[in-house]
Amino acid sequence: MAVNYNAKEEADGHPSGVGASGGAGKSRKPDNTAFKQQRLPAWQPILTAGTVLPAFFIIGLIFIPIGIGIFVTSNNIREYEIDYTGTDSSSPCNKCLNVSWNSTPPCTCTINFTLNQPFETNVFMYYGLSNFYQNHRRYVKSRDDSQLNGDNSSLLHPSKECEPYSTSENKPIAPCGAIANSMFNDTLELFRIDNETRIPITLNKKGIAWWTDKNVKFRNPSGNTNNLTALFQGTTKPVNWPKPVYMLDSEADNNGFINEDFIVWMRTAALPTFRKLYRLIERKNNLQPTLQAGKYSLDITYNYPVHSFDGRKRMILSTISWMGGKNPFLGIAYITVGSICFFLGVVLLVIHHKYGNRNTSADIPN
Amino acid sequence: RKPRPVRPLTHGCAGEENWVDNRTIYVGHREPPSGTEAYIPQRYPDNRIVSSKYTFWNFVPKNLFEQFRRIEMVRLFFVLQLIIDTPTSPVTSGLPLFFVITVTAIKQGYEDWLRHKADNAMNQCPVHFIQHGKLVRKQSRKLRVGDIVMVKEDETFPCDLIFLSSSRGDGTCFVTTTSLDGESSHKTYYAPDIYKFAGRINVYHDRNEPIARPLGSENLLLRGATLKNTERIFGVAIYTGMETKMALNYQSKSQKRSAVEKSMNVFLIVYLCILISKAVINTTLKYVWQSDPFRDEPWYNQKTESERKRNLILRAFTDFLAFMVLFNYIIPVSMYVTVEMQKFLGSYFLTWDEEMFDEDTGEGPLVNTSDLNEELGQVEYVFTDKTGTLTENNMEFIECCIEGHVYIPHVICNGQILRDCTGIDMIDSSPGGSGKEREELFFQALCLCHTVQVKEDDNIDGLKKAQLSRRSCVYISSSPDEVALVEGIQRLGYTYLRLKDNFMEILNPKNDIERFELLEMLSFDSVRRRMSVIVRSVAGDIFLFCKGADSSIFPRVTEGKIDQIRSRVERNAVEGLRTLCVAYKKFTRKEYDSVCKLLQNAKLALHDREKKLAEAYEQIEKDLILLGATAVEDQLQEKAADTIEALQKAGIKVWVLTGDKMETAAATCYACKLFRRNTQLLELTTKKIEEQSLHDVLFDLSKTVLKHSGSLTRDNFSGLSTDMQDYGLIIDGAALSLIMKPREDGSSDNYREHFLEICRNCSAVLCCRMAPLQKAQIVKLIKLSKEHPITLAIGDGANDVSMILEAHVGIGITGKEGRQAARNSDYAIPKFKHLKKMLLVHGHFYYVRISELVQYFFYKNVCFIFPQFLYQFFCGFSQQPLYDTAYLTLYNISFTSLPILLYSLMEQHVSTEMLKREPSLYRDIAKNALLRWRVFIYWTFLGLFDAVVFFFGAYFLFDNTTVTSNGQMFGNWTFGTLVFTVLVFTVTLKLALDTHYWTWINHFVIWGSLLFYIIFSLLWGGMIWPFLNYQRMYYVFMQMLSSGPAWLGIILLITVSLLPDVLKKVLCRQLWPTATERTQIMSRHCRDHTSEFTPLASLKNPRYRSNDCSNSPARRSNSHSKKRMFTHWKGNDYSILPSIFGYSNNRCNSSARYCYSGSGLETSV
Repeated sequence: MAVNYNAKEEADGHPSGVGASGGAGKSRKPDNTAFKQQRLPAWQPILTAGTVLPAFFIIGLIFIPIGIGIFVTSNNIREYEIDYTGTDSSSPCNKCLNVSWNSTPPCTCTINFTLNQPFETNVFMYYGLSNFYQNHRRYVKSRDDSQLNGDNSSLLHPSKECEPYSTSENKPIAPCGAIANSMFNDTLELFRIDNETRIPITLNKKGIAWWTDKNVKFRNPSGNTNNLTALFQGTTKPVNWPKPVYMLDSEADNNGFINEDFIVWMRTAALPTFRKLYRLIERKNNLQPTLQAGKYSLDITYNYPVHSFDGRKRMILSTISWMGGKNPFLGIAYITVGSICFFLGVVLLVIHHKYGNRNTSADIPN
Repeated sequence: RKPRPVRPLTHGCAGEENWVDNRTIYVGHREPPSGTEAYIPQRYPDNRIVSSKYTFWNFVPKNLFEQFRRIEMVRLFFVLQLIIDTPTSPVTSGLPLFFVITVTAIKQGYEDWLRHKADNAMNQCPVHFIQHGKLVRKQSRKLRVGDIVMVKEDETFPCDLIFLSSSRGDGTCFVTTTSLDGESSHKTYYAPDIYKFAGRINVYHDRNEPIARPLGSENLLLRGATLKNTERIFGVAIYTGMETKMALNYQSKSQKRSAVEKSMNVFLIVYLCILISKAVINTTLKYVWQSDPFRDEPWYNQKTESERKRNLILRAFTDFLAFMVLFNYIIPVSMYVTVEMQKFLGSYFLTWDEEMFDEDTGEGPLVNTSDLNEELGQVEYVFTDKTGTLTENNMEFIECCIEGHVYIPHVICNGQILRDCTGIDMIDSSPGGSGKEREELFFQALCLCHTVQVKEDDNIDGLKKAQLSRRSCVYISSSPDEVALVEGIQRLGYTYLRLKDNFMEILNPKNDIERFELLEMLSFDSVRRRMSVIVRSVAGDIFLFCKGADSSIFPRVTEGKIDQIRSRVERNAVEGLRTLCVAYKKFTRKEYDSVCKLLQNAKLALHDREKKLAEAYEQIEKDLILLGATAVEDQLQEKAADTIEALQKAGIKVWVLTGDKMETAAATCYACKLFRRNTQLLELTTKKIEEQSLHDVLFDLSKTVLKHSGSLTRDNFSGLSTDMQDYGLIIDGAALSLIMKPREDGSSDNYREHFLEICRNCSAVLCCRMAPLQKAQIVKLIKLSKEHPITLAIGDGANDVSMILEAHVGIGITGKEGRQAARNSDYAIPKFKHLKKMLLVHGHFYYVRISELVQYFFYKNVCFIFPQFLYQFFCGFSQQPLYDTAYLTLYNISFTSLPILLYSLMEQHVSTEMLKREPSLYRDIAKNALLRWRVFIYWTFLGLFDAVVFFFGAYFLFDNTTVTSNGQMFGNWTFGTLVFTVLVFTVTLKLALDTHYWTWINHFVIWGSLLFYIIFSLLWGGMIWPFLNYQRMYYVFMQMLSSGPAWLGIILLITVSLLPDVLKKVLCRQLWPTATERTQIMSRHCRDHTSEFTPLASLKNPRYRSNDCSNSPARRSNSHSKKRMFTHWKGNDYSILPSIFGYSNNRCNSSARYCYSGSGLETSV
């Protein structure tokens, strides 16, 4: 398959080819360079038990403490999760289970819960969906990044990747595509119940999306006016949305395509069970924990139907450490790998001592 | 001076095995006279030579077509992607394909450009030819059949010509065929198989009856040859352009494929099956999973109208194809291009090797095909020619024996011959008067019966010069034996001066010039094994002198001291000398006339001319009178014994195939250590078969051999040992043809099987009296035996070409017998000794490199694709790619391509010196050891394991939690990027772990690739790319790196993926080390403590010691001593390493003497 030097050979073979046979003499002698003679200076490591042993011990000694550190950190993270799908008939949200997109008035339900331990640092509020295939190929590609980046021509002529969510009533949809169309639209509100009074907890809706997404990747269409309604002129809302994209929020810097809830939703999750950041609860002062231990209630405006595909909806409250949310996997994995390495190191040491000298000594004659 | 053959008609018939063509050509395009045979004008091609494959116009389509035939699989996908809705964009799989195709096209285009350049140079060189009676100068390509062409001295012939007339008075011309076959002789010697040509010329004088003259190869001037010593000649073009012999010869070269390539293709098929089964599994699961409608089409993810309407079967089929497209990377397209580049570039190391450059000839190794580089590391059988390969082919005249009296040219004092009588008891030392006459005849015979030419200088008369100093005139011949003989005879007083006007001139010891008219020359061929001349002396006596192999002369001799000469010949043969016998015959005038007629008839025959000539020769060369015999010594090539011994230690069986007689060949085999003193020789020769039947002989031999076969196989593992009995087989051509001949009862394989069984158990085999085709037959027999061993044939002459072409690897020696062998070989080396480095070092390296390359490529693509497969289980079997398009595209092209390419060029797992010193390391890679199924499965499972680690590592890391310190979530592209990052690092570091030879280039490429990956990812995610319609990678990589757990996860996953491989390496090395691994450790110890040099050879196996002793090069002495088998030892060579072998020089000497007495048993000194 590889090279046949026919070209060279035939060129030499022609009578006109000069010096086909010897006579060129010394000039044909190959250069005595280290590269051509394959004598480049080189480091020649060999993986032997002797060299690998210390590496195993070092890996063991480094990994185990790291693992323990991560494990402890992970365990210190407070996390509270509520499944509010309402599949269970006793659940307050059971009545909303078969909700449809456009039910008016929206179905609401309230779930009470108790936090046994205070959440000291900033608390992050997530919504979680299960059995929702955001990573389905048809779903992932069903978006138009140019449109979302504020390209005016794409706004009116969405990419055909958005099919069948690119036009409705002969008007282009903005934002087009299945992802946008199926945006999560439950509203979650959190109250602390203090002596039967419901104290609303401030939920910060900014800072939940990547900074780069919010400021670079997603942009509203450009035009002479700041009026989003005018800018989105000629487009229509996604089929499932109750209101158009320019009415997502009252604040101008969180409206249209740069609405953070929208941006978060548009980053498709890797796995069918996922969570997305919903709101931030910032710590107000240093004296009080962000969320004290006690009773809370969650008000849900239940719009998002998941029962049809056997899905689940959750609300998660979590604190965050330097390594993110609660995830015991990494710590355990580090400890395990570290221990295995250490163990292997010991095994190798034994083998090295028992058999190691045999190889070197047995062959030396006499 | 224009040639005026009036209306001549050339009727040519050139036959090559299956290619017969008759043509009638009218010289100078004249009309034939009426009444002759009906003339149908034929169209012949013009004289354009086209060796190039492509033209400017058809390059792109034709090249693409040829390439696509090879990579059909991928092309299929590419086409599919344009048609169906696929998970990856066409660019993704198109770009690597495009890259592969472009690189290949550029390479092929460059090669073709070279061919075009050469063609143009050829086609446009000016040629003189006659048109309408005038001399015109035109471009060579405009030449047509029938044109009369003029060629001046030192010009090459532009096409195949029939020689018409010459500026020399005698109507001859001299031609050198250097560029055709490399022979530098000034004559046209045509090997019968290639230059077969028969023809007849009819000359019409006005209206007279045509006169027929024979045309033979001596009238045919071939394209490519050069005119010498002749001012100008005229000839008529008969074959032009692509029909010339030269052009025809270029085309017939079959492709050889290496064992590595074969296993590569098998692996590819396995992977193809894996690919298809993956796609089938996923498609099936997809439809099982989708059977719930809410899964197939949930409310948030509706299908388009057209998708919904599609028929189920069609949908399933497109899904299957889409999965195929998604997983097609598992069939590494870029492997082809990498393997190709590796072979192409790697072969330069061979040509660059200084140690393989021969200072004497100024030539280094030549690589004619790089396809077989790695096959050099797999050789199990070496078939070597003797003359010119094992021996120097530097002939020296040793002695001649006339009527039983021995003459030795060395012992010449003052121009007088001193008869050497001492030590020759069988010869009566007083020749009578008839003896004197015979002696003169003998010398005359040697002076006349040859095809040697004298190279003349233009200015000085050759005669004068020869008289000034006897050595000054240079003899040239295609056969070095003849030169040696003529030179030897010169030292005995008879000097051949020249051939002038058909008269041969001889200067006899009395300084008289004797002239003989050369009447006929019955040229040499390998079937007759003799040649004759018929000459007329000044006195008018007509003699036939015949010279040839003893076996072909003795049966035709009726007179002479046959017994004495025969014993002398046999004795010389035992000493390894090449012997020739000389006989003569005197013709009467009448006898000569009949002989003449016989020959003329045979020569004029158009059909079966060869056969008829042979019959005529047979009739003429009989009833001869034996004159004497000559002995010529052919020195062993430098380090031939060392090389053969190293090859045998490397587990390679060395067979010597020679046309020489048994005794000569056997002596050479002893000298070059093929047979040792303890080798028990088994003979399977005509003589033995005459005594017993072939069946019995074979049966006996196999019984003898098999008795020890059990111990022999063990011996194969532990290296050659002295206390084991090893066998050497000698077989001759006649016996072989009996074995090969199918038996009447149809059980033809029976003998062959027996024969093969015997051969398998012999450490060395010598086949003598072989015809060229038999050599190829033997090679084929072994090649097709049930183990399918890899064979290598090495030779230097035209008679070795057939076996060179037949063997898996053909090696030519660019020696003295012309370039035929080198031209037809796959590799050409200047000397036999270079074979050692070529196989043991280069071959070993090439094999290790390419097998790692192949395995690694499959491994890295399993690692690459298997996570995608796993991902399908988590994305509803929707063919969602895990990685971004750019990563899919560039993974094989840029992120992981260069490290493995450079590895496969630079890797030296053991140092060059060590490989040379330890030939047995070659056994470690024998039988395609690094590409066995076990190894392949290990690599595949390693790849699967790694892929599982990558995927599930990332899965659990990302599982329903956040990994950033600001609580924000990552999406699917971050997930893929994390897997991909781990993948790139693991795969590259895995290669780093396998690298044993870290030059700065390896460092640069390995770390450079990783750095490139990082920089590329930063750039790729660093901005909104305006030309892309998606921005999914925007800031994904940076965001990932900003997360601590991602870092920790990457480190952890890389460690876990590499761990099993490291563990396996260390444990295997510790518990079951191979010889290679021991050597690596040893050499490291050596480097560590240079003061305490560990003797490796003896380390490995103490029993080597005794063999190493005989390692010293034994050289045949060419001194005046009669002890020709005397071997002297270069003790000094090895005295620097006394500690290696652990014995003193004393002991070596003693064993040397022992060796001598062993091998010299037959010398009867």
